[in-house]
Formats: sequence, C-alpha cells, structure tokens
Amino acid sequence: MGLRKLALMGAAVVAAGIATSATAQGPNEQFIPGLIYRTGAYAPNGIPFANGVADYYALINERDGGINGVKIVYEECDTGYATDRGVECYERLKNKGPTGAAYVNPLSTGITFALTEKAPIDKIPVISMGYGRSESRDGSVFQWNFPLLGTYWSAADIIMQHIALKEGGFDKLKGKKIVLVYHDSPYGKEPIALLEKRAKMHGFTFTPMPVTHPGVEQKATWLQIRQNRPDYVLLWGWGVMNSTSIKEAAAVGFPREKLFGVWWSGAEPDVRPAEGGAKGYHAAMLQHGAGQFGVHADLKKYLYDKGKGVAKWDETDEVLYNRGLVNAMLGVESIRTAMKKFGNKPMTGEQVRWGIEHLDLSAARLKELGFEGMLQPLKVTCSDHEGTRAGRIQQWDGAKWVVVSDWYQSDDKVIKPMVDAAAKKYAAEKKLPVRDCSKES
Amino acid sequence: MLGPFLETLIGGLLTGVLYSLVALGFVLIFKASGVFNFAQGAMVLFAALTLARLTGEIDGREVHLANFVIAAAILGTALAFVGWYAWREYMARGGGPAERNRMAVLAVVGAVIGGAVAWFYGKGSWPLWVALPATAAIMGVLAYAIERLVLRHLVNQEGIILFMATLGIAYFLDGFGQTLWGSDIYKIDLGLPKAPIFLFEDVFPGGLLVEPGDLVAALIAGLLVVVLAIFFQKTRIGRALRAVADDHAAAQSVGIPLNTIWLIVWTVSGFVALAAGVIWGAKLGVQFSISLIALKALPVLILGGFTSVPGAIVGGLIIGAGEKLSEVFLAPILVRQFDLAGGGIENWFAYMLALIFLLFRPQGLFGERIIERV
Repeated sequence: MGLRKLALMGAAVVAAGIATSATAQGPNEQFIPGLIYRTGAYAPNGIPFANGVADYYALINERDGGINGVKIVYEECDTGYATDRGVECYERLKNKGPTGAAYVNPLSTGITFALTEKAPIDKIPVISMGYGRSESRDGSVFQWNFPLLGTYWSAADIIMQHIALKEGGFDKLKGKKIVLVYHDSPYGKEPIALLEKRAKMHGFTFTPMPVTHPGVEQKATWLQIRQNRPDYVLLWGWGVMNSTSIKEAAAVGFPREKLFGVWWSGAEPDVRPAEGGAKGYHAAMLQHGAGQFGVHADLKKYLYDKGKGVAKWDETDEVLYNRGLVNAMLGVESIRTAMKKFGNKPMTGEQVRWGIEHLDLSAARLKELGFEGMLQPLKVTCSDHEGTRAGRIQQWDGAKWVVVSDWYQSDDKVIKPMVDAAAKKYAAEKKLPVRDCSKES
Repeated sequence: MLGPFLETLIGGLLTGVLYSLVALGFVLIFKASGVFNFAQGAMVLFAALTLARLTGEIDGREVHLANFVIAAAILGTALAFVGWYAWREYMARGGGPAERNRMAVLAVVGAVIGGAVAWFYGKGSWPLWVALPATAAIMGVLAYAIERLVLRHLVNQEGIILFMATLGIAYFLDGFGQTLWGSDIYKIDLGLPKAPIFLFEDVFPGGLLVEPGDLVAALIAGLLVVVLAIFFQKTRIGRALRAVADDHAAAQSVGIPLNTIWLIVWTVSGFVALAAGVIWGAKLGVQFSISLIALKALPVLILGGFTSVPGAIVGGLIIGAGEKLSEVFLAPILVRQFDLAGGGIENWFAYMLALIFLLFRPQGLFGERIIERV
C-alpha cells in the first residue's frame, strides 16, 4: 500500500469519525412543537395566542442566542382545534430535533385528554396552561401533566368567590339561581363538578346548559335564561361561542354585569363582535390581562423594530397574545431549570419534565424576565403541578378590559379533596403507579 | 307557560327561516343538476368573507399588501388557466361567435373585478351598495370557474362522482377564502336595529321577545322564495333547468345547452349563498363558523325534500321550531325523568324529526315522487 493511499484512508477514517460523533451529539438545538390553530372555527382566538408563542421563542433566539446557548427550533402544526388532527400533529412532531419534543402545549382540553395517555409512553411532558383535566394537577398520579397557572376548578372557584364577595358572603348565595352556559365538550364540562359542590355547600340552584359546537346557534339556551331569570350566568365558551353568547345575552336583556366568563372567554375577539352589547361583561383572568409589560420593550427592540414580529405591533397588548408569551416563557424557564441539573445542552422530554416539576419563579425573577404585573410568583412541586391558584376578574368597559378585583386564591379546602378523589380514581382505572411525593427531591 | 312557549316558537320559526336560506342554495343546485352541493356552506362563507373584507376597515396596509400580491398571483394564475382553457376550446370548435362572446364577457368581468380589487386596496373600505354587486360578480366568476374546471368534465357521470367533486370544492373554498381574506372575525354592518322588540307586553309578563334582525332575514328569505318560484315555474330557463335535472343526456339531446344551464344555476346559487352569508354574517360576525351553518340545513333538506323550494321554507320552519321547542321543553324532562347525562339535544333532535317525517313521506314533505320503470 502506497503512502498516499494510506494517508487517504486515514483521512477517510477521521472524517467518518467526525461525522459519526456529529450525528451522535446532533446540532445544539432544542426542538419545541407548537400545536396551534390559525384556521377553522376557532382561528380568531387561536391566531393571537400562536403569535405570542412564536414571538417569545424568536425573542429568546434573537436576544439571548437561545436558552443558555441552545437555539430553539420551533415548528407549528395547525390542529384546527380538532382532537384527531391534534394527535396527528403530535405524532408527526414528537421525535423531531436532536432530543425530540421538549414538551407539548396541546391548546385544547380535548387534545390534552388524548395526549395524557400517550405522554408517559413517549416521555414528553404536557403543559396545559389554564386548561386540561383539573385533577391532573396531582403530580403523584399525573407525572407528565402540568396544568400550570390554574385549572378549571380554580377558575370556577375564583369566579364564585368574586360573586360571593359582591353578594356579601357565600351565605348570601342561598336560594340564588346560577346557570353555566358551556361548550358541550370535555372543556366545557370541567367546571360542573366544582359548581355542583359549591351549590350543595351554599344552597344555590345550579343549572348547566350545554351549547353544541361551534356555538353559533344559542337561541334555545338564552330564551330559557330569559324565562328562568337566573341571578348569575357563568360562560365556559371558546371562539365564536363566546361572542354569540354575549350577543344573545344582550338580545334577551340579561344584565352583562352578571355574566361571568372563564379566562378563555375573556379576550378581545370574544367581546368586539358583540360591540356595545358586551359592555359590563366580566371574565376571570388567567393571572395576566391585556396591556404591555416589561417583555414588550424587548419584543419591540429585537423583533418588531427589525420587522421580525409575527403579529401586528398594536395587537401585542391583547389578552391572548400575552397568554401566548406567558405560555412560551413558562416552557423556556422549565428548560432552563432542567439545564441547571443536566447541563447546557438540548434537553430530552424526560429532563424537561424534571425542569417543570422544579420550576420556581420568584417575583424578582419574573421582573427580570419582563413579566412583572402579568404573573404572581409560582412554584411547581411533585404534588402540585398547578404551581399557583391565583386569579383576578376583569370587566369590558366597551373599549378595553379593566381589572376590577384584587387577587383571589382558589379555595384548596374545597378543591383538594376533589383533586385527590378524582386522581385516585383515574390511577385505579388506568392502573397507574402512584408516586410518593414526600420522597421526591 | 303559554308566554314562554310562544316566545320559543317564534324564535324557532325565525331561526328556521335562516336555515331555509342556506337550504335554498342546496335545493337550487340539486333541482337543476341532481348534484348535492356539499360546497354550499363554503360558498356562504366565501361570499360573506368577500363582502366583509370589501366593506371593512383595512388596517396594517403593509401586511395586506403582501397578502394581496400572493392573492393576485393565485387569482391571476387561475384566470390565466381559465383563459387558456377557454381559448383552446374556442380553437377546437372552430371559433363560433357564441364562444367568442362568452370569452369577451369573461375578459370584461375579469378586468372589472381585477380593477375593483386593486382600487379597493388603494382606497380602503367600500360602501355596501358597491361591495354587494361586486361580491355578486365574484360569485358569478366563481360559478363560471367551477363549471369550466370541474363540472364540465363530469357530464353524465354518476351523481356520487359529482358529489365528491363538490366535497373537493368545499375544502378548496374554505381554505382559499381564509388564505385570501384572513380568518379573523369580520363585521358586516347592515345597520339593522339591534334592540329586541317585545310583543303583547300587556298579555304576557315581560312580553314576547322578537329580534328585529331575524324579522328582516325572514322577509329577505320570503322574497327570495317568491322570485325563485317564479323563475323555476314561469320562465324558459326555469323549465330547461328542470329538464336538465331529470336527465342530463336527454336534455342535451333536445338541444338544451347543459353547460350554460349549469353556469346559471351555480351563479344563482352563489347569489343565494351571498344572501345567506350577509344575514348570518351580520348576525354572528363573518368567520369560518358560518360555513358550518350548512350542517343545520341538512335536516331541513331531508324533511322538505331536495327538489322543492317551498319545501326548504316549510322544512326550515318545522326544524327551527322543533329543535328550539325540544331543547327548551323536552330536554329538561328527558334528563330529569331518565337521569341522563344531559347535553344539548337540539342538534340530533332536528335529524330525528326529519327522519320521522321520512317514515311517512320518503321523498320529503314536498319532494317529487320518483317513479322509475324497470
């Protein structure tokens, strides 16, 4: 063998080695899938949320060069809010990137229900911020689910606390009539258990009234409300159902001040189509509301001034855009938390799960991140995957949302036993192992 | 008890008229071509979106300019394709004067719409009286494109093939409409009074609530039915349409120009979609969901018969009143008596009502009795 041949062979071996090691390590990228919807019946609400998420990831890449130097690769998949398409999107994206999907935000309670069974097998955590199964906050059973910032039981409880406060105490609710107008889906049915319990506790009549997808025809429901004259109506709608409900409330003369929406019924696309009819309408806040905060200055500087923002600048102060920002931030901070333990490299779903479970955002850290005024401090633990149960109430004044209440904490004396019972039942049904959270670090 | 019952009944009847408006579009096309047009809902959405965007306030001009360039490119390619195809046909037939005229009309309509769209982007929002005919023209062009590109190739094919084709058209229109015009909620303001009217306040406590928007919609629907009934029964084209519906091949053999007939009927159906889109759009805001209203028209069609214009109206009234009364009065009893899980019943109840009618009149309430000699 000649010297030249030998040298060539040597070079080939070295090159192959480099190539192999490059494949083994993969690029220094963190893949995050985005199950969103920009088309279909719920697009008007899906678009601003998706814009907020996309902008925040872009900001992290532009401003910080990624998370501790690991670039975020974000890919959207349009689910149209349909569960089957959501699962399809999940399956397509779960193995992308060097370490697979870091986590998944299903952005639909139906899709969350479907993925709850898949997540433990694929080892990908499900962050359902402000939605999903209420009992999934119990991390001892739902290891892979994180209904951060508040479940629907928290939401319903916060609204009931506000109503009780206005009436002069829970004891004043005795004999009152409260109706829930809900989207006839897993999402809309979630608050029923809590409201039934509260009704028993305080002696008010509770009537749930379903509205079928997509909620464009609600005349029967609202004529019943006009005839029964309830004291309060709670609204658990999404997309076009919300604005239609508010319009129908106006048409039958139900006072908008006594109509309370969940935090998915309290954004600009819900009230604007109802025009003057929406004035006075209340909605719960998933902590944050509309407006611009610290993070918006960076968004302007690093994205919008350079023409890289996804939304229009004057829409970046809207409720759902802000919610997208918050959702993306919680994900990024979870990855950062995981990196503290596992090192600054792309994290696997399993490592990110650990990160979310140890997410601890103090007031100082939130300020640093530019989220002061939007969120209260939160701390996730093994037994509490919700992290915080605080919320406020806002009111539409005809042109903008105005915060009209102080902070409420959902009452864990009422909710915790419900969570425990439901989680235990779920674990028994699915034959799931239950972790002992007192032994987790 | 009588008060709430009457109120629900009136509300249901008025909603039923709105269902009829959508059902009419289905009936027209089925009557004239034997095709169940699955794309009717998508046409309603497309018409409403077009009108809303033509009349609406335009903001963020830069973003829309980019959209416009893309849309113009797509639209331009489509028109060029139609033009090329028409020219090929024209040459193949030796270029008769009728073909030439038709092409001239197409060119003029295309130019007018192109110019109008450009002007719209330059000027901002249009008044309703300009936007309405413009939208009607766009629906006409759409009908032409559907006839040229889809239906013409499927003459004498099985009904199910034509149905599948309309399924494709539906998905295309849903997506294309949203790509072209966006998928946010848009407003159509007809300036209708919004404050509800209360009737017989001295007879029933609180009176009977009637929404003025629904009343206007009912009037428009009534007017449309009269016009369409006259069109079908009294005009030559109407008779030709009915002949085509019975048998494509036989109609062609006696010299009825099938393609022209189809073009006419799809255009008329486009106008009906526009009417439905305007009414529903003003009521709900224009957005993707109004294409789903078409699903509400299906029980109306089953009940009223696929071929009868009055059937669509009477069917709409029965379905509208039936589903509202069932939801308000029957559902609570069912849930209480049988301890059911609950949930809205009006959606499936409408279909059940229609199926019960079919037991007694299989061709629908006003449908033509089909006798086939074997």
